[in-house]
Amino acid sequence: MKNEERHLKAVDRLTELAGDVYDQLVDRKIPKMSIPLRTKSNIRFDRRSGVWKYGRATGVRSAKKLTGAQMLLRTMYMLEFMEEMIRTNKSSTLREMYYISEGWDKAKFSAQDESNMLAEDLEIITNCMREDFKLRPEEDGARIMGNVTVMETDRKGKKKKINCRDDVGDSGYGIPYNVEKEKIGFVDCDADFLIAIETGGMFDRLVENRFDEDSHAVIVHLKGQPARSTRRFIKRISEEMKLPVCTFVDGDPWSFRIHASLAYGAIKTAHISEYLATPTAEYVGITASDILNYDLPTDKLNERDIQALNAEKTDPRFSDQFWKHEIDLMLQIGKKAEQQALAKYGLDFVTKTYLPEKLTELGIMR
Amino acid sequence: MASIAHELAKKQKEISISEFFEKNKHILGFDSLTRALITAVKESVDNSLDACEDAGVLPEIFVQVDRVDNNEYRIVVEDNGPGIVKKQVPNVFGRLLYGSRFHVRAQRRGQQGIGVSAVVMYAQITTGKPAKIRSRISDEDVAYECELVLDTKKNRPQMVKEDFVIWEKEHGTRLEVNLKGKYVGGKQSIYEYLKGVAIVNPHARITFIQPDGGNVVFERSTEAMPPPTREVRPHPEGVELGELLNMTKYTEAKKMTSFLNTEFSRISLRVAREILDAAEISHNQRPSRLNLDQAGDIIDAVKKVKIMAPETDCLSPIGEGLIRKSLKNVLGETRASFYAPPVTREPKVFGGNPFIVEIGIVYGGQLSKENPVQIYRFANRVPLMYQQGACATTQGIENVDWRRYGLEQRGGKGIPFGPAIILVHVASTKIPFTSESKEAVANVPEIREEIELALKACARRLKTHLNKAEQKSKARVKFEIVQEIIPMIAQKSAKIVGKPVPDIAGTITKIMNVVWVEDEVTHIKKKHHVSVRLYNYTPKNQKLQLHMVLPYEKVDDGSLTLKPSEVRNGTKVTWNMKKVAPTEVFELAFDMKGLDGGEYEENEVFVSGIDPASVIGADVLPGDWDLEHITITEEKSVPEEAADEGEIDYDEGAEVIEDEE
Ligand SMILES: Nc1ncnc2c1ncn2[C@@H]1O[C@H](COP(=O)(O)OP(=O)(O)O)[C@@H](O)[C@H]1O
Repeated sequence: MKNEERHLKAVDRLTELAGDVYDQLVDRKIPKMSIPLRTKSNIRFDRRSGVWKYGRATGVRSAKKLTGAQMLLRTMYMLEFMEEMIRTNKSSTLREMYYISEGWDKAKFSAQDESNMLAEDLEIITNCMREDFKLRPEEDGARIMGNVTVMETDRKGKKKKINCRDDVGDSGYGIPYNVEKEKIGFVDCDADFLIAIETGGMFDRLVENRFDEDSHAVIVHLKGQPARSTRRFIKRISEEMKLPVCTFVDGDPWSFRIHASLAYGAIKTAHISEYLATPTAEYVGITASDILNYDLPTDKLNERDIQALNAEKTDPRFSDQFWKHEIDLMLQIGKKAEQQALAKYGLDFVTKTYLPEKLTELGIMR
Repeated sequence: MASIAHELAKKQKEISISEFFEKNKHILGFDSLTRALITAVKESVDNSLDACEDAGVLPEIFVQVDRVDNNEYRIVVEDNGPGIVKKQVPNVFGRLLYGSRFHVRAQRRGQQGIGVSAVVMYAQITTGKPAKIRSRISDEDVAYECELVLDTKKNRPQMVKEDFVIWEKEHGTRLEVNLKGKYVGGKQSIYEYLKGVAIVNPHARITFIQPDGGNVVFERSTEAMPPPTREVRPHPEGVELGELLNMTKYTEAKKMTSFLNTEFSRISLRVAREILDAAEISHNQRPSRLNLDQAGDIIDAVKKVKIMAPETDCLSPIGEGLIRKSLKNVLGETRASFYAPPVTREPKVFGGNPFIVEIGIVYGGQLSKENPVQIYRFANRVPLMYQQGACATTQGIENVDWRRYGLEQRGGKGIPFGPAIILVHVASTKIPFTSESKEAVANVPEIREEIELALKACARRLKTHLNKAEQKSKARVKFEIVQEIIPMIAQKSAKIVGKPVPDIAGTITKIMNVVWVEDEVTHIKKKHHVSVRLYNYTPKNQKLQLHMVLPYEKVDDGSLTLKPSEVRNGTKVTWNMKKVAPTEVFELAFDMKGLDGGEYEENEVFVSGIDPASVIGADVLPGDWDLEHITITEEKSVPEEAADEGEIDYDEGAEVIEDEE
């Protein structure tokens, strides 16, 4: 679908939504709206795409309750605002929209989380993407380093060929928020696999140790929970360049979730999992077993960590043998470890010993 | 007034001599520097209040605490009581255990007669300075003033200086002592003590000058003296061995029969003979010859003989009305949102002593939500400051399951948490304290039971209020939905689809489905403006009656937006409302003139002619209104839309979206 068309389709959908509320009022009903529940009990594995998507359970947002009524009112304001943007060919960041809501009287958001969530709600209801509504995230500067050549179309429409190792500094190539075909194309890739790293410190370590060159790898910095564009970028490169993907993160429940959203689909955005998740991605570490096998320096699990681990035990995405084992083991030893704990054995240990060992085990490195 | 002073003088007989107390100042409340200061003020103020009450004057009490140096303080307590005759001044202030109260069975503050002279003694021990007393009785032209110390070996006063001085006060007493102490703020402080005194003595006006010069006045909230407490002779069931023996020494009776008959209540000559027979003691025996064994026999005999229960009309409770008024007066700064109507129980008896329990609860406002409730304990109108945990009043509170009444309480036991103050007052001719220092009421089963019953009764009133408040706040939320949000949704959606703004009446009545009554009273420019608004948020027309209780002769006829259809007894007013269509509002408004601001603070609004379940903000007409001609139409209230059941609320679902992206 062409850009223009997609925006027009979005306008139709948004108007339809407002029409629905309008009709309910005319019919003397209490306006309400059904939305698929964005909860872990409502995600289902989709065999065809190999990712987790929302199931059939829906919740109701009804004007009978104060929050529901407020959300419906906000929805109306947001619809009006988006239609306006599409009509005038403008776009705004999610943060800008949050500030714009300052002028929305009773419909004002009290936190940006609320407006981000509502934008996602609308994606789900209308089957559009927030870009179709002319909303974009803030720049988040995830970085990539490795022998990949991309073709980026810049602001002025000029196409630039960029090698993500030779044409960039030591901080790598910054992934833009829009990574769709009209913006980014892959020209060439000479690497055996892509390794996604949670922390900036570890990314820099791998770069300094020339892991990209020595091991023929593309290194991506996730910056914590990866943004949509980072996940989309990884998915595209893995599919289009036939590049195996693996994640290398801290050894704690939150990092497990980073891998889950990259590989299986995030609960919050399960409506677009098919578009964002890379189901073939492998988890390298840190695992609870690593903590024992490599005798890593650790921290004690805190209250929240334990809660998170227990929550993962009922999360369908973690229901396979590997995760069951690792989660139970972590709870049992009561410890967690950071990626950088590997430095216990020296600065080269991670690139000379740990990663080669683990990646060979996974069949990614030979 | 002078005759009262003389009268008291007669009773001021010596009880016993002791220097024991010098060594045991802790049981008298002088065990810490902080407490010593409070006790000194407390003993003096208690005496002042008692004296004023005896003389029938409204107490006007002045308390001043000055810091002399380091931990030496000067305390002045001055009253407008009857004064003390010159001859008795040295005895009252310079001799331990010299009181008039000891032999009296009446509800009194000072009960053991060890009070004010102990203050003088403590002052003298810690600073070496004499006490300065000034007193004037109304039939003298001048006041008597003296400085004295206490000979602790002989328990005799020693005069240092004596004089007559001019005093502008017609009658009254002033005590000035220097003592070692420590002045603090907080829960156990002179300020809190005086605040407590003010609450339970609404007829007293108390001025307090603090060491830093700060000046607090607790104004009186009533001009009426509490009804005088009557002295009653002890009831035989309550008497203890030592007390009985002591009484035989002071009686003027010559025979045991007349001794029992005159010194005790509820013992007729016939009952006296029965008791003596049961104790195998001669009717004619001299009381002073009664020995220990015989005294024991009498106490046993009392249990076997049928004796009328003690009189109970000798107590002076504060009363439900005054407790509330007084709490409002003194606790105004807390801006409490609710003063539960207090509960004063009927008098009951324990061990021959009548007693009465009173409870008040203050809720909301600026009181802290996270902390345990504050407990204000009182015995015979005296605030109890120490040993809270040991007190039967506290234990009573701990035993009530406050979760039922809207306060938090872990496991339904212990001191509850929440924005509340609980007042407990126990009044009796003999308060059973846990110890000599008179700080905690002993756990007597009869008293505990009464305390718990009274607490529950008052707590129910709190709960009723909380329920109503919750119902109102829920309705207010819906009010916001239908008044503000739905109209905005209608406008926006219409704009987006490019159609006319729809009529939202149907939606609104579906959401609310109640008649909402909102009333308000404001007092400005000597006028009370009353407004009652009736919003019909039901899907059909409503025609109902509105009822109010108010002094109708004060209503300004011209200001009435609707003439009442009936006025009964000048206070019960009924309006037949016109038909109110769905989503329409009707306002009844009028002014009242010639009332004080405090005389009409809240509207009492009732409705009839509608199912009570579909009204919020007003009660249905109470039965005692008895309006025969009004037919109360019972309608079934529409149940919440059944179709909604089983739907999951998208925004309030139990599961939180995970911490991702
Ligand atoms: N401020 C006062 N005004 C008049 N009489 C007083 C005053 N203070 C004390 N008295 C008299 O002195 C008596 C002894 O007082 P006190 O020693 O404190 O014992 P108690 O108050 O316990 O009887 C009191 O009973 C009262 O008759």
